Amino acid sequence: MAKLTKSDVLHVAKLSKLDLTSPEVEKFQSQLSEVLNYMDELNTLDTDRVLPTSQSTGLENVFRGDDHTNDCLARDIATTNASRSDSSYFVTKGVLKK
Amino acid sequence: MKTKLRPVIGLEVHIEQNTKTKMFCGCPAIHYAVPANTHTCPVCLGLPGALPKANKLAVENILKLGLALGCKINLYSKFDRKHYFYPDLPKGYQITQYEAPFCSAGRWEAPDSPSVNITRIHLEEDTGKLIHKTVGGQKLSLVDFNRSGVPLIELVTGPDFETSEQVTAFLKEIRKIVRHLGISTADMDKGSMRLEANVSVSTTKKLPDYKVELKNINSFKFLAKAVDSEIARQTKLIHEGKRIAQETRGFDEAAGGTLSQRTKEEAKDYRYFPEPDLPPIRLSQEYVTGLKTNLPKSPSETIHELASWGVSWQAATIIVKDRARLNYLYDVRSIDNSVDLKSIANLIVNKNVDKKYKDPNDLLASIVKSAGNLSLEAKQMTKFINEVLIENPKAAEDFRLGKTNVVGFLLGKFMQKSAGRGDPKEVSKRFFDRLK
Ligand SMILES: [Zn+2]
Repeated sequence: MAKLTKSDVLHVAKLSKLDLTSPEVEKFQSQLSEVLNYMDELNTLDTDRVLPTSQSTGLENVFRGDDHTNDCLARDIATTNASRSDSSYFVTKGVLKK
Repeated sequence: MKTKLRPVIGLEVHIEQNTKTKMFCGCPAIHYAVPANTHTCPVCLGLPGALPKANKLAVENILKLGLALGCKINLYSKFDRKHYFYPDLPKGYQITQYEAPFCSAGRWEAPDSPSVNITRIHLEEDTGKLIHKTVGGQKLSLVDFNRSGVPLIELVTGPDFETSEQVTAFLKEIRKIVRHLGISTADMDKGSMRLEANVSVSTTKKLPDYKVELKNINSFKFLAKAVDSEIARQTKLIHEGKRIAQETRGFDEAAGGTLSQRTKEEAKDYRYFPEPDLPPIRLSQEYVTGLKTNLPKSPSETIHELASWGVSWQAATIIVKDRARLNYLYDVRSIDNSVDLKSIANLIVNKNVDKKYKDPNDLLASIVKSAGNLSLEAKQMTKFINEVLIENPKAAEDFRLGKTNVVGFLLGKFMQKSAGRGDPKEVSKRFFDRLK
């Protein structure tokens, strides 16, 4: 049984800025559900004595001083991979509808 | 039964830090009046593989603010990713703090206001800046990433205000403290201090189940107007028995009230998770205590100190807002603590002498000089010189015989007459000119 509903898939697609066709929605509904089923399998492991972590290096307090600035990218280099730019700016479709 | 309506207001304040470099890279943090997209690097452009590294001073600054506002400093904290898509956010997420902000549970007390709970103060990165334009009939958004990654402080208060006066008083105090700590210019017109208020009106003792967010307001005055008109709008709706929608509104000066702002359709779903690229931060209690001990005096403490040195309350209140000016006044006092600080403070406030004389020594020298000149008219000076020459004919005789140091003697006589007024250099020169 699929763990995710169609509207769950559409919600995730919206957050990812993806337009899905209805066959795709069905496909991802089952595929993403499988991922969650696998998580269920992992959840059967006993992790009572394992501390949660989001880090694997064991590092703490890695800082940079604020005393000097680094060289920046030249503007034409900075914008070079943009799908659209003018001489100064990255250019995108207007975000304001008005 | 008629219930008493009670406005409930909470604040979110964003304060951009004035560090030299950005939060997670070494690009210059300054972005105001800088050519677009000239202060960027792979980190603040969100290019693949680029790794952030936290700015130590930016962390120290937020701790100072937290300590100044009586917050609990969390000795263990970390950064989190907040995900959303918007063109001003190149990575698709903002590095911020979610579960473990640096500062929480603070409290601000003022004599004529209810006390305000500081819910949290956390550190994050600023976004890029968007310019909206129509080119050839096409709506475009232009992105400048100079501001992307500038250290930003977010301060959140409890829903503890009831009037716009209380809100303004609190915000002005926050601005004063931030400037005093030297961690931000807090210029509203340059966007380095940004205000948001959550407003609702309660019909019971409890908090209402909705709130209206007032956003994009760039002055204390407009925020006060927005809060007042929003309270009036909601009160009217309640009297009419209508439901108030949870929404974001902006202030429209022309309309004289708040207007609904169309926000992004999707519900907020930021999918926060711990930032794996930044190791957590563990602070020692000694370090935090050290910061607290070295915290500069609070603005009101400083005003009292300046007043105890004779500076007028009014001048002290103005000078305290500007760290450079305050330091200047301290420097003047450390050079000469017998100097009339009241006059100097007034000269700083009214005549900008701190800008004219960058070096306080120069200011002191000029004051010694001009104090005499100003208080002695040219006519008076000529009169005293004449009198001294008539009364001391032998001195004039000596000068003609070559004893030019007699001018010092004449100057002394002059000063007796003028009661110490007059620029000694100039008076001496006048004697020379008359005698030779
Ligand atoms: Zn950068």
